Amino acid sequence: MAELDTSSKEGKGGKVRSKKASTRVDLTAMVDLAFLLITFFMLTTTLNKPQAMDLTMPDKNEKKQDDNMAVAASRTMTILLGSDDKLEWYIGEPGKSAPTVEGYGKDGIRKTLLENSQKVKASTGKDMFVIIKPSDKSVYKNTVDILDEMAIANIQSYGIVDITKAEVDELTKQGIYK
Amino acid sequence: MPRVKIKRKSTVTDMTAMCDVAFLLLTFFILTAKPKVPDPVELDVPASTVTIKQPEENIATLVVGKGKVFFDITGAKVREATLEQMGQKYGNISFTPTEKTRYANMQAVGVPMNQMKQYLDLESDQREAFKQPGIPTDSVSNELFNWVREARLATRALNNADLRISIKGDSKEEYPTIKKVIDILQKQEVNKFSLITSLRSAKK
Repeated sequence: MAELDTSSKEGKGGKVRSKKASTRVDLTAMVDLAFLLITFFMLTTTLNKPQAMDLTMPDKNEKKQDDNMAVAASRTMTILLGSDDKLEWYIGEPGKSAPTVEGYGKDGIRKTLLENSQKVKASTGKDMFVIIKPSDKSVYKNTVDILDEMAIANIQSYGIVDITKAEVDELTKQGIYK
Repeated sequence: MPRVKIKRKSTVTDMTAMCDVAFLLLTFFILTAKPKVPDPVELDVPASTVTIKQPEENIATLVVGKGKVFFDITGAKVREATLEQMGQKYGNISFTPTEKTRYANMQAVGVPMNQMKQYLDLESDQREAFKQPGIPTDSVSNELFNWVREARLATRALNNADLRISIKGDSKEEYPTIKKVIDILQKQEVNKFSLITSLRSAKK
């Protein structure tokens, strides 16, 4: 590092003195390095922590079957998760309204969820209830994705329920159960 | 008349103290940082927009991948107690203190109880090469059920806290495997648990 020479020259023609080497070490580079490493470690430790998505499953206890919540079919949306990252949804009871096959993501189920929840809210004045039924051919990622969509669409009441035989047949008919 | 000399100040600052502080902090961060342990199977954790961080204490993680299940608990004391209780449950296997310490320092383990002792006796390089078969989840010897149960009991006894359970699954894992794990949890009335996800990048 450049250093300003502040020592004034004194004594012309004096004795030649042997120059004493300074014991000071320039620590600037070392400090730079240390702070660089600190920044690196700070950033990596906080980013490494895994995210946890909370999930509450409906109680399966057989003894308490009576307090099953009855939800009007008109404000229920059922989502069947099929293979190949495809899903099928319908509103109300199965077979009464035409099911729709859709994909995940912004232009797929997210749009539908927002539209449907607004429609249900407008017609019944209550929030929509979503039933998620993952089939055996869907992968774990699909389940996480759909739960994430619930969080994005701000849907408070939803549940993961086992799929029935009739619904599997329905998925097969749509060609998304391979 | 002599000229008045203006004393020029030195521009060199003393870096010693700064250097000390920097290295102190550096040492602190290095020591507190936890090394990322590789998962027993290759895992591609699905992404989500959730940004809630997982707490550090009293967590049991069920690692699910390739149809196998591995079990991991935090806290050395809880791990030792769980292993001991599991040993008693499955044919009175008694573990030596060395084996217990070894187990306490491990992460996710997926070895059936009848192989556990041999597995713990392996040297660390052999252990890495050992192919873990996963914890049995079938109805004949539902070891996973008991692992979760004993871990919950141990956490309750030692830390007086509820054990939180998280599932860390591979994105390509087929749903039946996950369902089996969830069913095992629900059988002991664990209806609330967490799914571990990675942070989704902002492109969507």
